Amino acid sequence: MTDIKSDVFLKFDDVKKSYDQKTLVVKGFNIDVQQGEFITLLGPSGSGKTTVLMMLAGFESVTSGVIAIEGKSINKTAPYLRNIGMVFQNYALFPHMTVAQNLAYPLTVRNMSKADIKARVAEYLALVELEDFGSRFPAQLSGGQRQRVALARAMIFEPTLILMDEPLGALDKNLREQMQYEITRLHKKLGFTVIYVTHDQAEALSMSSRIAVFNDGIVQQCAAPAELYERPSNAFVADFIGENNFIKGQVERISDGLAHVTVPGGATVIAQTSDGLVVGASCQVSVRPEKLFIHPTTHAHDNEMTARFISRIYVGDFIRYYFRLPDGTDIVIKMLNDLSAPEFSDGQDGKLLWLTSDCIAFPAAT
Amino acid sequence: MGRFPEYYNLWHIAGHYALRGFAALVLIFLMLPILVIIPLSFNAEPFFTFTEGMLALDPDAYSLRWYKEIFDDEKWTLAIKNSFIVGFAAAILATLLGTVAAVGLASPWMPYKRLITALLLSPMIVPLIIIAAGMFFFYTQFNLVGTYTGLIIAHAALGVPFVIITVTATLSGFDRSLFIAGLSLGASPVKVFWDVVIPLIRPGVISGGLFAFVTSFDEVVLVLFLAGPEQRTIPRQMFSGLREQINPTILAVATLLVVLSAAMLFTLEALRRRSERMRGEGL
Repeated sequence: MTDIKSDVFLKFDDVKKSYDQKTLVVKGFNIDVQQGEFITLLGPSGSGKTTVLMMLAGFESVTSGVIAIEGKSINKTAPYLRNIGMVFQNYALFPHMTVAQNLAYPLTVRNMSKADIKARVAEYLALVELEDFGSRFPAQLSGGQRQRVALARAMIFEPTLILMDEPLGALDKNLREQMQYEITRLHKKLGFTVIYVTHDQAEALSMSSRIAVFNDGIVQQCAAPAELYERPSNAFVADFIGENNFIKGQVERISDGLAHVTVPGGATVIAQTSDGLVVGASCQVSVRPEKLFIHPTTHAHDNEMTARFISRIYVGDFIRYYFRLPDGTDIVIKMLNDLSAPEFSDGQDGKLLWLTSDCIAFPAAT
Repeated sequence: MGRFPEYYNLWHIAGHYALRGFAALVLIFLMLPILVIIPLSFNAEPFFTFTEGMLALDPDAYSLRWYKEIFDDEKWTLAIKNSFIVGFAAAILATLLGTVAAVGLASPWMPYKRLITALLLSPMIVPLIIIAAGMFFFYTQFNLVGTYTGLIIAHAALGVPFVIITVTATLSGFDRSLFIAGLSLGASPVKVFWDVVIPLIRPGVISGGLFAFVTSFDEVVLVLFLAGPEQRTIPRQMFSGLREQINPTILAVATLLVVLSAAMLFTLEALRRRSERMRGEGL
């Protein structure tokens, strides 16, 4: 493999992976990662994200394409020479070694002197706030503590990159949030580069500098969390990230970057356009549940359509309304639980309102 | 009647005790022949039966003369030496080969896994006499009949299946991500194997080695076929002793073997508990 002339820190250049030489699990992955970025590979299971991580770590071979670190291809570098730290979902701590021995292992392998190792281990134990746990065995720690040890072990040899494969998947919700904070804190403090794999979008949105959304071996969109949520580039991303409503319609005309769409019931709504939208073709307009309002409202709006009330579910801090469009599509609306949350009787019609800037028209799935 | 459920009738209770009695009988049937030789080995007279003095617990009716006999008789000392030499060498060879085989067979990329496993385990299933006859003809080609090397190789082949089984069992609880983690931390595959894999599968390796040793130690068929007079082992010596010199020396040897086996059994049990504890705590 030839080296790529570039000053990009980590580069995937048209990387493909096939296990059986027939079907591609990863179909041409490209990304440029800057030093210190926190990149998340997000996608449903089987979308190829873990395969990308394993190719980067060297535990899966690359079928074609180049993975380069600082301009040098690492395709032919053995996994143990890549200097890449890894954090696993099941921690993968060595059960027969104490916490301190686990941390010391990568340093011992690198022939560091005993005194240096001792100092470094103490430093990293302090970093993950486990100063007094050095002589314990992994089995004597809680799940959160084990994952902190695993983090420290992946960082202690100052690797070029740190890979995390669903590291918080085995923890319960509270602990998970605590660890997200912990990882973000360490990332800010030490400035290492992270490639993080998860199927949990809340985790991805709250931690990453950029997220690559995977589906079916292809990156659907790679962008910062806010952009991914506000400006999804296709219907898959719009549906996968957060909750979304899809209203089927027909594109009447496109002007000034706005699409005029006829929706069920005959009304016309105006939406942002997206790539591949064609006049006269069918499309789907996506609107997030929290961007929809019900008449009467004080919120600004410039689109409206009528739908039949189905049910209203009390969730606590907000209320979910279910409406049905004339073509049978169900629409969800999330409203804050305040005095303006209206009551409806079964089968009553309501007017749904929203802003043009809050909806996007995507080409209908073929 | 508090220990029986209230719905029990007389038949249930009778059945309960009958089952217990039967279990006790089975245990006695299995253990008695082994236990009875222990006091008999201390017989002061050259008989295989309890003398009147022994039954009266007269101290003079007991002696250690048959134990002394073992160590005075060159045939016996040679047999003991042979048994340990062959047993240790065969166990070490079997442990090395069996462990490597088990690790290889546990790899997800191993082709023809079932076929190879079946072949490697076959010495455990194929009747010994067939193996012995086959080996005899095979070994004559290489002048291995009547040599220590021949006997050690033959016994190692018998021991390998035990090592494969015990090591495979411990490997089934081995988390492959530990290996990957070791590599990611910068250790070469060989180093990870020594530092991580071996310590974790050690209980299986050791118990497999013990099994291999015991297999060699009490094996008599292959010895009959393959060993010359120089390689007589304890079981072989007992076999001929039964016919040639009928005295309680055999019983003394048997008692020593019982003690040795019991010691090994306890070692195995301790190892099993240790590995259980490690796995219970691990992860």
